[in-house]
Amino acid sequence: MSIVKFSTILSTAVPLPIENVDTDQIIPARFLKATTREGFGENLFRDWRYDKSGQPKADFVLNSSTYSGSILVGGKNFGSGSSREHAAWAIHDFGFKVVVSSFFADIFKGNALNNGLLPVQVSEKFLARIFQSIEDDSATLIKVDLEKQEISLKASGASEHFDINPYKKKCLINGYDDIDYLLSIKEKIAQFEVSRA
Amino acid sequence: MAGKTLFDKIWDAHVVNEIKEGPSVLYIDKHLIHEVTSPQAFAGIDQRGISVFRPQHTVATPDHNVPTVDQHLPIKEELSRFQVNKLTENCEKHGITLYGLNHPYHGIVHVIGPELGITQPGMTMVCGDSHTSTHGAFGSVAFGIGTSEVEMVLATQCILQPKPRKMRINVEGELSKGVTAKDVILYIISKISTSGGTGYFIEYAGSAIRGLSMEGRMTVCNMSIESGARGGLIAPDETTFQYIKGREFAPTGSAFDRAVEKWKKLKSDDEAVFDKELHYDAADIEPMITYGTNPGMGTKISSNIPTVEDIEPGNRESYKKSLSYMDFEAGTPIAGRKVDYVFVGSCTNGRIEDLREVADFVKGRRKADHITAWIVPGSKQVEKQAHEEGITGILEEAGFKLRQPGCSACLAMNDDKIPEGKLAVATSNRNFEGRQGPGARTMLASPLSAAAAAVAGIVTDPRSIL
Repeated sequence: MSIVKFSTILSTAVPLPIENVDTDQIIPARFLKATTREGFGENLFRDWRYDKSGQPKADFVLNSSTYSGSILVGGKNFGSGSSREHAAWAIHDFGFKVVVSSFFADIFKGNALNNGLLPVQVSEKFLARIFQSIEDDSATLIKVDLEKQEISLKASGASEHFDINPYKKKCLINGYDDIDYLLSIKEKIAQFEVSRA
Repeated sequence: MAGKTLFDKIWDAHVVNEIKEGPSVLYIDKHLIHEVTSPQAFAGIDQRGISVFRPQHTVATPDHNVPTVDQHLPIKEELSRFQVNKLTENCEKHGITLYGLNHPYHGIVHVIGPELGITQPGMTMVCGDSHTSTHGAFGSVAFGIGTSEVEMVLATQCILQPKPRKMRINVEGELSKGVTAKDVILYIISKISTSGGTGYFIEYAGSAIRGLSMEGRMTVCNMSIESGARGGLIAPDETTFQYIKGREFAPTGSAFDRAVEKWKKLKSDDEAVFDKELHYDAADIEPMITYGTNPGMGTKISSNIPTVEDIEPGNRESYKKSLSYMDFEAGTPIAGRKVDYVFVGSCTNGRIEDLREVADFVKGRRKADHITAWIVPGSKQVEKQAHEEGITGILEEAGFKLRQPGCSACLAMNDDKIPEGKLAVATSNRNFEGRQGPGARTMLASPLSAAAAAVAGIVTDPRSIL
């Protein structure tokens, strides 16, 4: 089963300049009761986004009419805590294709990649620059070129290279699925089992 | 030739295939599943029209979402009931062993694995839960995975995984009275922060670690993920072998002896090189507690909450936000604040030794009147043992009540929620905003410190009343 192919993204971005955004904030545990992958976007950042009575909090960025786009820019150590893949599903389901931060938690990063959500890790300096340019102009465009492994700010032309595992890059660009690959080597796995017995 | 670390030895022995410039194909010996992170993986298997490759290597139990009262009745909450029933359905369909509610082996997935002898040295183990690192206490490579990876394991008994770097954390010396395994790990995380372990797999070593019981070692390994590390492990030794011996799924007779011979070789070579190595002195560790909204924000109960000036300039905004959520003032003493709830339980501290520690402390004492104390055993077996040892009676006399097994207020997926604004001293693993319920404020501590808070009604250094 292929996942959606990832192509170059050119979009405005939503800034979330908070550090250590943990997966309990991205999607609180009480919303993990679904048995399908869809619909988690509705409760993305639930407790930062809505008040007790379910009314949107005006000061939270996802409720602001100023910011939109398919790129979410977060502070350092994004996605720490629980392994819940629901966090990646929620961000993707909401409409984001890319998350930018200066540091990602391991499991979140893996979960994102497995769901066609690209984690782009940039330097602290470049992250600050992104936040600044969004603050200066919320309509500023950011380009994420996976093929070139480059993120750039359209207005200033500033850019930075980002790393991604070459295998994962190929998977994202071609929409390959890890399970298809694993199923293709099932015989080898069975041989491995025999060799250890 | 350079020596190998314990982690390398186990990892390398499980690599089925290497992808050029990509991750390893890692064979998984034991796969644990629960109701919350598995349904979408089973749906994927069904959608592909394939069956579970090695159903005998997966064990299931519902824990995250189950009520901790009236477990003999159908689950009241509809979504939770549906999710738990879905697990039963999926296990039946695919021939997977399930320890459902009311089964004598039911419990938190990371408590039942070790107590049933499923967890053994040298294994690779995964579960769709970040606290799978718990099992590393036995000298296994155990780590949490996402649901896509759960599907990989169901489909092929393997996952694709880049090999992490290796870190060794040495804690030398003797822990002083009143200082427990939980304090050791909270201390370590307070030193390296919640991202200090990211990209690494940790081996815990040193005399203070070797001196811990298996329960204590599990507590330490359990919270490895809170430093960002994928997992943590401890070389198996006599303490490990004695713990495993006689357990339900442990090898028996001569097979056990042969296994022990093999397990004894599971240690890092003397000349093994770690990517990072840290040293701590056990004498510097005191009872610890967290004051902020991530597990790295911990300090000695005897000390003050750091001042804003103590914090690196770049982190000050987050720090202030965190203290504002906790309604704490920077620079003030941590001890003495009024506590509303005490929660003893979770995969971090819901084992029999934890309950014993609380019972020993509260024996002949009573909880403060204003305190609501929840004691949630990690499994049916822990619950049974607590009854048999008279722990239940002691706790009840002290005004506590034992609930039924489950993850409970650790993540508040069920009804066990700390009300908004209330302050809880919890033996669990995360103090994130709203973790124990919307608006709940959590301070992480050891079972002993939690018991002290329950009796005194305020945050208390347990050594002051030992």
